[in-house]
Amino acid sequence: MKTPLGQDRAATEAAGVVTRAEDSQPVIRLIGVEKKLGGQPVLRGVNLEIHRGKVTTIIGKSGSGKSVLLKHIIGLLKPDRGQVLVDGTDITKLGARELNEVRKKFAMLFQGAALFDSLNVSENVAFPLREKTKLKETEIERKVLEMLEAVGLTDMGHKFPAELSGGMRKRAGLARALVMGPEIILFDEPTTGLDPLLARTIHDLIVETQRRFGYTAVMVSHEIPEIFGISDYVAMLLDGVIAEMAPPEQFQRTRNPGVREFINVEPKPEAVSSGVGKESRSL
Amino acid sequence: MVAAAVAGFGRNTLWIVGEMGRMMVFLLSTIAWMVRPPFRLLQVLKQIHFIGVKSLFVIVLTGAFTGMVLGLQGYYSLRKFGAEGLLGSAVALSIIRELGPVLSALMVTGRAGSAMTAEIGIMRITEQIDALDTMAVNPMQYLIAPKVLASVLIMPMLCSIFDIIGIYGGYLVGVELLGVSSGAYTSSIELSVEWKDVYGGFLKAISFGVIVSWVCTYKGYNTTMSAEGLATATTEAVVLSSVLILIWDYFITSVLM
Repeated sequence: MKTPLGQDRAATEAAGVVTRAEDSQPVIRLIGVEKKLGGQPVLRGVNLEIHRGKVTTIIGKSGSGKSVLLKHIIGLLKPDRGQVLVDGTDITKLGARELNEVRKKFAMLFQGAALFDSLNVSENVAFPLREKTKLKETEIERKVLEMLEAVGLTDMGHKFPAELSGGMRKRAGLARALVMGPEIILFDEPTTGLDPLLARTIHDLIVETQRRFGYTAVMVSHEIPEIFGISDYVAMLLDGVIAEMAPPEQFQRTRNPGVREFINVEPKPEAVSSGVGKESRSL
Repeated sequence: MVAAAVAGFGRNTLWIVGEMGRMMVFLLSTIAWMVRPPFRLLQVLKQIHFIGVKSLFVIVLTGAFTGMVLGLQGYYSLRKFGAEGLLGSAVALSIIRELGPVLSALMVTGRAGSAMTAEIGIMRITEQIDALDTMAVNPMQYLIAPKVLASVLIMPMLCSIFDIIGIYGGYLVGVELLGVSSGAYTSSIELSVEWKDVYGGFLKAISFGVIVSWVCTYKGYNTTMSAEGLATATTEAVVLSSVLILIWDYFITSVLM
């Protein structure tokens, strides 16, 4: 797969940067997840598998429940029915303390970055380290600088969130998400509100950091067709269920009319006739 | 039509009972997180500064003018009976027992309580509270418990400052302006004010501190995800806190008397 950075993901994996023995294992599994909000059904039995070390993007119409789905994965919302398995543990059954233990594997980049207004960028990035580790202040400062450098905000540590542009806030949020070295990072529409150029930069940054740190990325996005270039798997949430999930090339050849209408591609004759799309999983 | 009215009444009653239950769970949860490590001393100190130090000006101002107006009213009322010498007693008892704790709590509600609701509400809307959760930092412990604890600690201090300034305000008007004897003013205070008046006032201040921080943080924490929702939450927080302060004041006074 070609990425926006112009590098072949397969070649990168062959070099052992992100490939691990358990790559094909699902790290997260959602089984029959149902959720009503304000009496309205939002999720109607979502089945989804997220593979370790891969970038999985969930697409869907506005208000279709993508962010709600993401919040179920990290336990911010509990389903009315169904299971959310993280490394085989059903997090819907966990108490606050056990859930916090599972959450240590996660980080999340929110739509608006959710930086703490009262802290500057460096303090925001250092926050999880100060709260959850016993690292010395010099070590924390070193890690913060390393993360700010990784997202291209080296000289912005002293600025407060209100002084940053939208793109800078997303970068700072990404630095905060990366600082604890999480196994899984959830991205809730990381490019919303950004111009196309800036959106591309953020996508590139996600790909670059995912390669460098090897985390599992779950992204909610509207950015079609850009996400086909950066994802290992694409899933579409339609009418409260995952209507289609497949690697990008197969996803684009789907015969599901609802998915086709959303991604706005015409059916490719060879895909229909040869049945290439059979590998796509309709979950 | 009657059925609809009864149904509406029932719905509202159920909502009120449910809301009371949710508020009680919120308070108990806050207390539970308050006594669990890690103890966030820095956060508590920041809140003491925000709720206490930054409220000082308004407390001093209202305390001074409350004492002055009491001095004025008290003087002309007592003069009818030739009892101007009891002015100090009238001013001090009114302020220490009632006006000090109640007015300082109402001032803190208006200044710091509304700000607490707005701050937590904005953190909710901009997903900062969710971000704390995702970092395995409990928002109740990190955000709410320090505010409630700081409020409980600082309210008696604000109340005592209000009391002292108020009594001195009464002195200014009664003694310096209207000519009551300085000795009569102070000695009547010494003779009439008992220790139970002072600790009764402090007890009220502590309980008002719980009410203000509890209601205001609850309303912010549970705000709906819109600017209008936040505005409503802030208004509700101030109104509900103020009403609860006055209702609770009646009950606690009836117990203390």
